[in-house]
Amino acid sequence: MKTLEEFVALFAEQFDETDASEFAPETDFRELDEWSSLIGLSIIAMVDEEFGIALKGNDFRQATTISDLYEIIKSKQ
Amino acid sequence: MAFIEFKNVRIAGISAGVPINVVSNYTLKSGEDISSDYTPEAFVETTGVKERRCSETLTTSDLCYAAAEKLIAELGWDKSEIEALVFVSQTADYFLPATACILQDRLGLPKECYAEDVALGCSGWVYGLSNVASLVSSGAIKKALLLAGDAKKRVKMVRDPLFGDAGTATALEYAEGSKGFQFHFGTDGSGFEAIITPDGGSRNQVSLQSFELHDHDGKMKHRLQTFMNGMDVFSFGITTAPKSVKKLAEHFDFNYLDADYVIFHQANMKMNNQIVKKLKLDPERVPSCMYQFGNTSSASIPLTIVSQLKGKFENKSTKFICCGFGVGLSWGTVAIETNNIVIPSIVEVKDNEDNYGYKL
Repeated sequence: MKTLEEFVALFAEQFDETDASEFAPETDFRELDEWSSLIGLSIIAMVDEEFGIALKGNDFRQATTISDLYEIIKSKQ
Repeated sequence: MAFIEFKNVRIAGISAGVPINVVSNYTLKSGEDISSDYTPEAFVETTGVKERRCSETLTTSDLCYAAAEKLIAELGWDKSEIEALVFVSQTADYFLPATACILQDRLGLPKECYAEDVALGCSGWVYGLSNVASLVSSGAIKKALLLAGDAKKRVKMVRDPLFGDAGTATALEYAEGSKGFQFHFGTDGSGFEAIITPDGGSRNQVSLQSFELHDHDGKMKHRLQTFMNGMDVFSFGITTAPKSVKKLAEHFDFNYLDADYVIFHQANMKMNNQIVKKLKLDPERVPSCMYQFGNTSSASIPLTIVSQLKGKFENKSTKFICCGFGVGLSWGTVAIETNNIVIPSIVEVKDNEDNYGYKL
């Protein structure tokens, strides 16, 4: 399974305008200006491709930081 | 395992009707038409829906009627020989009676006619096809129509810019020796809330509260509008659609990569691209019409065939795989081989001046 650092980088790739330096494991992704439910769909597609897991809306609701989301993915592996 | 096969039946033709009125999605208002969380450009980039067809007067049955009249004329069918009509829609003309009954009369079909409504959305064309195929396959009924689509809603509302209006007609006929159709179906009702119109049925009857506007993910909506959990639907689509295609191919022992065309329900571009990627399909063989027409619910598979493939396949043997998935949650995939099929050009329907309907 990919590391947390790799996941943060993949997460950052789904954004067009936010600089990669703004992403860290402890980033509260909803606080990013560019975050929207549309970006959420890109994240679901990326996680499906890279981890073979289909995240649902509830998984996002349970996560505050990028690291939280990574832990959810890990628990589903 | 819901696998079904019907032989000795073929598709004779497919047609589609859409309102003539085009609505652009580049001029949407954030917080009104779409969530205040994103811009029209971001919406178009993700969904792929640049424009769609909408009408304030035309119902689904009006669009299906126009499509059916054109198809029957181009097929040269004698209406007195059409003995079954299945209408698939979630925007019926009335709560009762069934719209299929009204269409039997409006189309001038014989009274010796089997007619029913099927209340399914994105998976509906595939389900309706199995219903009609099951009626025709024995030869008891020789010619039948499947009318499928969604359009004008039951209540006036700001229309969701993901969705467009369309009504389609698919003509099936008995054909001895024809390979027919091979289906796979699935249902997961635990996801019934993923796409739902909460009020207006008997569970939550219409009340004054039904019309109160609430903020739903940055967009004001009332309870007679449709609510969608986009993330759950996305997750469902990218998981279920590829599996269903693979299961069908495995069960009936064919390679899905051999299909000339694979037609998916036009959900949204991001979801469909992901499905195509997962199945490693050649994008050239996966036509799409959501750019022009949006998500048209049960009309999206036949509308894609009519709008994207007319003139390319009618008179040669062509293998299709068609997969519908969505509200229910419900899904279905079918393998079809077509030949000598009639595809009329899209019927652009003008707004009704004389409303065909019940007058108080």
